[in-house]
Amino acid sequence: MKFLGLIRANLFRKKIRFILTIGSFAVALFLFGILAVVRVAFSGGVDIAGADRLVVINRTSIIQPLPFAYANKIKRIPGVKEITYANWFGGVYQDERNFFPQFAMDVDNWRKVYPEFAIPEEQWQNFVNDRQGAIAGAATAKRFGWKVGDRIPIKGTFLGGVWEFNLDGIYHGTRQADDETQFWFQWKRYDEQVPAQYKGHVGWYTVKLEHPDDSLRISKAIDGEFANSPFETHTDTEKAFAAGWVKQFGNIQSLIMWIGGVVFFTLLLVTGNTMAIAVRERTGELAVLKAVGYSDRFVLLFVLCESLLIAVFGGALGLGLAKLFTLGGDPTRGLLPFFFLPGKAILAGLGVTLAVGAASGLIPAIGAMRLRVVDALRRV
Amino acid sequence: MVRVDGSGGPNSLIQARGLGKNYSRGGEQIQVLQALNLDVEEGEFIAFMGPSGSGKTTLLNLLGGLDVPSAGSITVAGDEITHMSRSRLTQWRARHVGFVFQMYNLIPVLTAFQNVELPLLLTNLSKAQRRKHVETALGVVGLSDRMHHFPRQLSGGQEQRVTIARAIVSDPTFLLCDEPTGDLDRKSADEIMELILRLVKEYKKTVLMVTHDPVVAARADTTLHLEKGVLVEADRLQVVSSGGAR
Repeated sequence: MKFLGLIRANLFRKKIRFILTIGSFAVALFLFGILAVVRVAFSGGVDIAGADRLVVINRTSIIQPLPFAYANKIKRIPGVKEITYANWFGGVYQDERNFFPQFAMDVDNWRKVYPEFAIPEEQWQNFVNDRQGAIAGAATAKRFGWKVGDRIPIKGTFLGGVWEFNLDGIYHGTRQADDETQFWFQWKRYDEQVPAQYKGHVGWYTVKLEHPDDSLRISKAIDGEFANSPFETHTDTEKAFAAGWVKQFGNIQSLIMWIGGVVFFTLLLVTGNTMAIAVRERTGELAVLKAVGYSDRFVLLFVLCESLLIAVFGGALGLGLAKLFTLGGDPTRGLLPFFFLPGKAILAGLGVTLAVGAASGLIPAIGAMRLRVVDALRRV
Repeated sequence: MVRVDGSGGPNSLIQARGLGKNYSRGGEQIQVLQALNLDVEEGEFIAFMGPSGSGKTTLLNLLGGLDVPSAGSITVAGDEITHMSRSRLTQWRARHVGFVFQMYNLIPVLTAFQNVELPLLLTNLSKAQRRKHVETALGVVGLSDRMHHFPRQLSGGQEQRVTIARAIVSDPTFLLCDEPTGDLDRKSADEIMELILRLVKEYKKTVLMVTHDPVVAARADTTLHLEKGVLVEADRLQVVSSGGAR
């Protein structure tokens, strides 16, 4: 503690340089934070996907339907605990830019398969008893200022017409990463209103397993059950399904790693150079410290400490700004339902900050440690 | 009484025997000091003079444990410092040596108080005790009213006083002053010399000083000349190192 004054005085010695160096860290860590947000936005569904859930889609493509009658056959396969289903609706609320996912879903088993979505029981019962009812995620309700009891018109796209819904409830995710942007309405209503060729079909099934370890066996069993039928299936774990979905956008993870790597390498060069200059211009002072009894190790730690403090200040500032940015919500109007900076990313950011701070200060610090007093004083 | 013939007794505070220092420059060996002997007793004030490159500062650096000799030994208050490790030598310096440099070498971002406090941060003294010591040291050099000024807010003479306060604050065994007046005008130089003399007379400090200025050197108890690495007692003009008389 008694050396804090010495460290503080040195940190603020060149205020502009101090601010610019802090700024370099802040910008880099802000970018790191935003990249982490983007990564979560694309892969959040993968990270939180249930290990005990399978998704069954049409083998040809997810846009091809599956017969409703498959539900009972799948349910009979040993190891299957529950099954539910849904259809993608793809309607427009007021403006095409107001995107949010809308599902025609099975009210009987939905909550058993997706227990992570919490909804007051009374609201749920109202929904179940209301063929025109709907439930919205908290984020979507907040976004459009919806309240329970509101009448919500949604224009059908491929089905046409305006579909009116009574908002009977609002659900919340029980985990930070749970998607709160969905809009659910009863599959039965959907099935009643769609043209004849679409009736009796679902978009996909979600199967909840007794034991996650059975996922491979049951996947094979489901696909085997419908092999060589007009509607062959493709079954995968929910995690693999979500990962496959993300892959359609390219290798986001790798892209982010590359951008992050380049940013931090540049930061390392900038701060390393700054620290080297800062130490070089203080050669005489460091020599005096050694002359009056400060050890080589102290000088090493002293320089490293400065470097680490700059890194921590800048890093914390950048991550704080990134966090603030995410508090404003998804700027894409619903395309990125998982839009938040996870705690793990903040910790990783601080870890990287410390590593860059230590690496950038290490060489100047070793130089300062090895400095011979007589040589340094001769140069002054 | 200072001796340069190696005849000093065991009571000498500083004792150098057969001291030599060589530098290698461009593959060529340069002998800066040659088999030099020196005995300094407690409370003495010695001035070293000599032309540039004669080895004055090198000698001071060796005696202060900032550099290691190529040959010979140095004993200070019974401790042989020549074979100490770098870290032990650093600890030894903190306890025994006060340095005063020509260019003051104060840390510009610290106040006079903080500069003087630097050596005390390495001790176990409490904050209050450190404050007391620093205030005393700054009082001795007459800068009690400038303790919260930064070096840039002080004159050259005042900066050198702060350096002296920093050198005496931990009550070292002896002071090494390398051209303490070299960067000052005559008036300021006189004031600094008065201060150093006070440290010797009133506080019984042992002072070894390098200077180019004969007026400044004349204030010391004894002036020794270094020429081509050989130590010569000025008043006797007698070479007493192994190089023989001249």
